[in-house]
Amino acid sequence: MSELDLIAPRADEAAEPAALDQAHRSLWSDVRRQFLRHPGALVGMIVLAAIVLIVLAGPYLWTVSPDRINPRIANRGMSLDHPLGTDNLGRDLFAQVMAGGRVSLAVGISAMLIAVTLGTTIGVLAGFFRRLDGILMRMTELFLALPILPLLLVIILLFRDVLRDLFGPSAGIFLLIVFVIGITSWMQTARVVRAEVLGVKERDFVLAARSIGARPYKIIFRHILPNVLSPIMVSGTLGVASAIIIESALSFLGLGFPPDFPTWGRLLYDGANYMTLNPSRVIWPGLAISLTVLSVNFIGDGLRDALDPRLRS
Amino acid sequence: MLDSAKTRPEQSRPRGGDLLRIDGLTMHFPITKGMFRRQVGTIRAVDGISFEIPRVQTLALVGESGCGKSTAGRTILRLYDPTGGRIVFDGTEITGMAGETLRRLRPRMQMIFQDPQACLNPRMTVGSIVAEPLAEHGVAKGRRRRDRVRELLNAVGLNPKFADRYPHEFSGGQRQRIGIARAIALNPDFIVCDEPIAALDVSIQAQVVNLLQDLQAQLGLTYLFISHDLSMVRHIADRVAVMYLGKLVELAPRRALYAAPLHPYTQALLSAIPIPEPEAERRRTRIILKGDVPSPANPPSGCRFRTRCPVAFDRCAVEEPAWRKRDGERWVACHRVE
Repeated sequence: MSELDLIAPRADEAAEPAALDQAHRSLWSDVRRQFLRHPGALVGMIVLAAIVLIVLAGPYLWTVSPDRINPRIANRGMSLDHPLGTDNLGRDLFAQVMAGGRVSLAVGISAMLIAVTLGTTIGVLAGFFRRLDGILMRMTELFLALPILPLLLVIILLFRDVLRDLFGPSAGIFLLIVFVIGITSWMQTARVVRAEVLGVKERDFVLAARSIGARPYKIIFRHILPNVLSPIMVSGTLGVASAIIIESALSFLGLGFPPDFPTWGRLLYDGANYMTLNPSRVIWPGLAISLTVLSVNFIGDGLRDALDPRLRS
Repeated sequence: MLDSAKTRPEQSRPRGGDLLRIDGLTMHFPITKGMFRRQVGTIRAVDGISFEIPRVQTLALVGESGCGKSTAGRTILRLYDPTGGRIVFDGTEITGMAGETLRRLRPRMQMIFQDPQACLNPRMTVGSIVAEPLAEHGVAKGRRRRDRVRELLNAVGLNPKFADRYPHEFSGGQRQRIGIARAIALNPDFIVCDEPIAALDVSIQAQVVNLLQDLQAQLGLTYLFISHDLSMVRHIADRVAVMYLGKLVELAPRRALYAAPLHPYTQALLSAIPIPEPEAERRRTRIILKGDVPSPANPPSGCRFRTRCPVAFDRCAVEEPAWRKRDGERWVACHRVE
């Protein structure tokens, strides 16, 4: 040991302050600390938390039913009785936005999780195992080439009644919509992840892991996945947004949730006809969608930075 | 110092004899084209090389960029599947080994990389990088694993307190030490050093070479030291093999090679080393090679070096020089030497 010390002077031991004597740093505590330092991520987190809180707890405080029709107060603007106004049937818009938010957020997040999991799995497999690359990428291209909206319509028409019988009207349609959006929006993720994996797997540290004798799944989980997190995060945050919007489009076409079942997208489309008469009918659901998408994007941005040790300060 | 080195009894490492024997090793890569991956050619990266490395010795493999040195090293470690020849490691043929048998052999042969930045996962702490081989082979757990990591970091001259830091917080030389700590974590017998000092500052190069030599003495390591720096090879190698375009052209004990190189290519390489003495440096005559290294996809006929050889004659174009043994344990492949 002593001779080694002579030959190999520890160059910066002397220069290092005593701050090194801290407790064991774990990846996730580092990530959390860095995430909380990212101003955008923090704001996004607060806004999203506020939206979730209002949507979940709001209906218990604002006890007006979103379904109560009262034609005498139809198409009102904002007032104390109806903070966001009323629609053409006199339903309270505030209650509807809160009720719709529950569905939209649930659809957006679950569909995104399905799409990202599927896309990442396929992308990593295609990028890592050369043998699977051809078939998986052709399959991805096949899905990309399919006209998505007609496909969605066919799937929904075929399976709606079956699922409705199995899980009840709203749970059945929820599962169907989440599943359908999930399996039709994983392709971009798969392609981007595959491209990243192709680059990362040629890096020397993957070769080092192979020379150690690491098994392929260990290499994937320890070396590949952590290094392709950025594109996964980005497509995940974008996925929430597009899932909310696709759900709106489906509802608009009458194939999503039933017409009396409010979602943000549905409220927006219903309100579009009354835009000149009552602009608040589009402004509030639109604002809710935009704020959600924006805050999710900021959170994803912050997560991506926090997960990269090189960007940590 | 390295306690766990004693877990394997000393008698299982007999002194003397060859640890590694390579016989006619070839590694050809197909060149494919078009949608159906039609093979249109072959890159003959390593084309029939033979040598052996005795235990606790260092064989340096030198040559220009692109001559197949690194490919040879990686093929020997079975990171590629060789297309021909034999690799015998410690008496066992490992050429066709696969799966779990190969995996169990991996701890005994390790690699140190050229680019200390690229060989460390930027998302892992130094501690977990060094612990990875231990975890992968279930050598030590929990506290004992952390102790072993501290021990390893100490052994390569790094402060064990750095275990919680990330690779990008270190300098190039320190990163290379991390790579070395990872390579010796499982008490290997054999390490392929793939240009371990090429990416480092000159002042750091000597430190890393000294560290490698000390570890060799302490742990009884056998090295294949791949390099293009002949002056550094002189310090560390017992024997030197010179490679040109996928083939060995000369292999000799260090002293003999530096004193009197036989092959014109070796002569040219050695003549390029500056001498740190003004008088001698002024008298040094350089042999300047003309042109570039030909493509390994389409090597010249006969002797591969003939297109750039200052002493080539007509026989060189038609007949490939044989890899022949000369006096004093030297091997050379050249018609002029015969």
